[in-house]
Amino acid sequence: MGKPKTFEHFRDVQEELGRSGAAIFRDASGVESLVIDSPYSIHYIHSYAEDSEFFLGLAEGKLLGSRCMNHACAFTYATPRGHCMVCGSPTTWMELPTRGKVHSWTTCLFGSEAFLKETPYNLALVEFEGAGSLLLVRLKDCVQSEIYIGMPVEARFAAEPKYSITDVWFVPAK
Amino acid sequence: MVSGGVTKFAKARPATDFRLMVKMAYDQAMAEIPNLTPKQLDGSRIAYFSDHFTRQLKAASMVQDYLGLNPKGSVRLEWGGATGGECFQAAYEAIASGRMDSCLAAGFETMSRVATWKGNEFIALASDTNFDFPLGGFYTGYYALMVIRHIYEYLRLTKFSHVRDEREAQRLAVAEGQRVMSWVSVKNHLNATHNPYAQYPKRLTVQDVLNSEMISYPLTREQICTMSDGAATAILCTESVAKRLTDRPIRITGVGTGTDTMRLADRPFGSVPLFPHEKVKDYEDLPYPGVHSFRAGRTAGLEACRMAGVTDPLRQFDFIELHDAYASSEIQTYEDLGLCKYGEGYDFTLSGAPFLKNIDYGLSVPLAGKLPVNPSGGLIACGHPVGATGLMQAVFAFWQLQGTIRQHFGDPTLQVRNARRGAIHSHAGTGSAVTVSILERGF
Repeated sequence: MGKPKTFEHFRDVQEELGRSGAAIFRDASGVESLVIDSPYSIHYIHSYAEDSEFFLGLAEGKLLGSRCMNHACAFTYATPRGHCMVCGSPTTWMELPTRGKVHSWTTCLFGSEAFLKETPYNLALVEFEGAGSLLLVRLKDCVQSEIYIGMPVEARFAAEPKYSITDVWFVPAK
Repeated sequence: MVSGGVTKFAKARPATDFRLMVKMAYDQAMAEIPNLTPKQLDGSRIAYFSDHFTRQLKAASMVQDYLGLNPKGSVRLEWGGATGGECFQAAYEAIASGRMDSCLAAGFETMSRVATWKGNEFIALASDTNFDFPLGGFYTGYYALMVIRHIYEYLRLTKFSHVRDEREAQRLAVAEGQRVMSWVSVKNHLNATHNPYAQYPKRLTVQDVLNSEMISYPLTREQICTMSDGAATAILCTESVAKRLTDRPIRITGVGTGTDTMRLADRPFGSVPLFPHEKVKDYEDLPYPGVHSFRAGRTAGLEACRMAGVTDPLRQFDFIELHDAYASSEIQTYEDLGLCKYGEGYDFTLSGAPFLKNIDYGLSVPLAGKLPVNPSGGLIACGHPVGATGLMQAVFAFWQLQGTIRQHFGDPTLQVRNARRGAIHSHAGTGSAVTVSILERGF
């Protein structure tokens, strides 16, 4: 008898019932339980709010970080923040170089359900000249054996923006 | 702490929902202190991590209800992976503040309700959903990013500094890191064969661990904890009530918490907060914490140790139960908790210090028994039902300090002899929150 994917953890399906996605499970001690499939989906209305400029920048092929407006601090962020985490002052937008270096990286052979079909993919934390923090991105056009910490990389931008962090990715620098 | 209870952790428990699981762990704890009736219990602190997994809001109210504890005071705690540890400290605070004379801390998680990779997605929602999650949000990926840098800082730049070719040097360093991480996996899985509550007890070799499926380079399946269903409880009370309930109470002598940025990308490159046995010059050229170490864990450890008067954790603790969601984070945590200096975690593992003396791991572990870490098997082998995990550690530590491991496990192997002081360590996110609690024999 075929086992619905939803019930992957339950090895002992005894009997599927008339209603689709309902089944009786029996555990090792013989206790029976009724288990049903219970789907759930939702659309969220998500605002990027104070991060909006960054995502609009990606659509124009620009990488925007932010800089603390307190001159005594002036911390620069490669992943923008509306306010400085060091001194609490507001930040201003600044354009980042589109070239950087790999600070750390991995190749994911598995992922969350939403990204399983994209595996394997590389993630990299990129460091930029003049920025005090990093940016997490996908690293494309290279395989695991080629990647190393310190590797020069450069940004690529989606021709048709989806207004997501995936609108930018990095590749080995030419 | 006067009593504790824990269910066996399992991939799925279709015959017991979260209310019944907590009830089972609660009944186990109450049965050991018959002089405390439910009526005399002043209230509770109840914890679970994810409303996505339960798909039942106010699930903690349903636990309070099912246990028959209404209308006593209660509150729900959530602190990511550190949910259990936070719940333990919340119950401690209820007692220490004088608000309650006795308090139940209860935690649970029911992760089997969705398929494994959907569960990974739920967990990854505990990363920034603007900047991190859409890239393929996956916690094993985040921990892989961290350990690759840890290996770079502490193996590439030291043991492999003589290798000229950069790619080759890093590849060799990662291979060495993977080998040492596998020792942690071997230790925890084998310890768990003596713990009847553990989900994945097994004897593995280093080669088995290295050969298991690659999940996110360099972490293999056997180096990663899995999803579980389970519950755990701890009962805390004032000293005078405790003495009435048990002749073997355990004192909570230190509590600490620490935090760090949600995004790995934002972690600063500053200086190390030091334990008394460390010096500024030990870390002169070390950018800290970066993405390679957990400043939250160091902060929590320092606070708890200061409170308990611990100045040299390696010598003053008899065992530690720490949050080994990944074999890598166990090694990183040795350093955060000051069991060795930053950079010494790999050598500390290979010295055998965190291994038990009376178990044959098939490895050369000359210093075994010096400071057993995760004698229970930890998260890697016991399972990680998030809201229960930190309380599971409290229960195992409690039994260690009581000297009742034989009675509770039906096997004396994991009993650390003359255990007088232990620590439990509960860790959230990519290290965005950590709790450390210190427990000592109170008799």
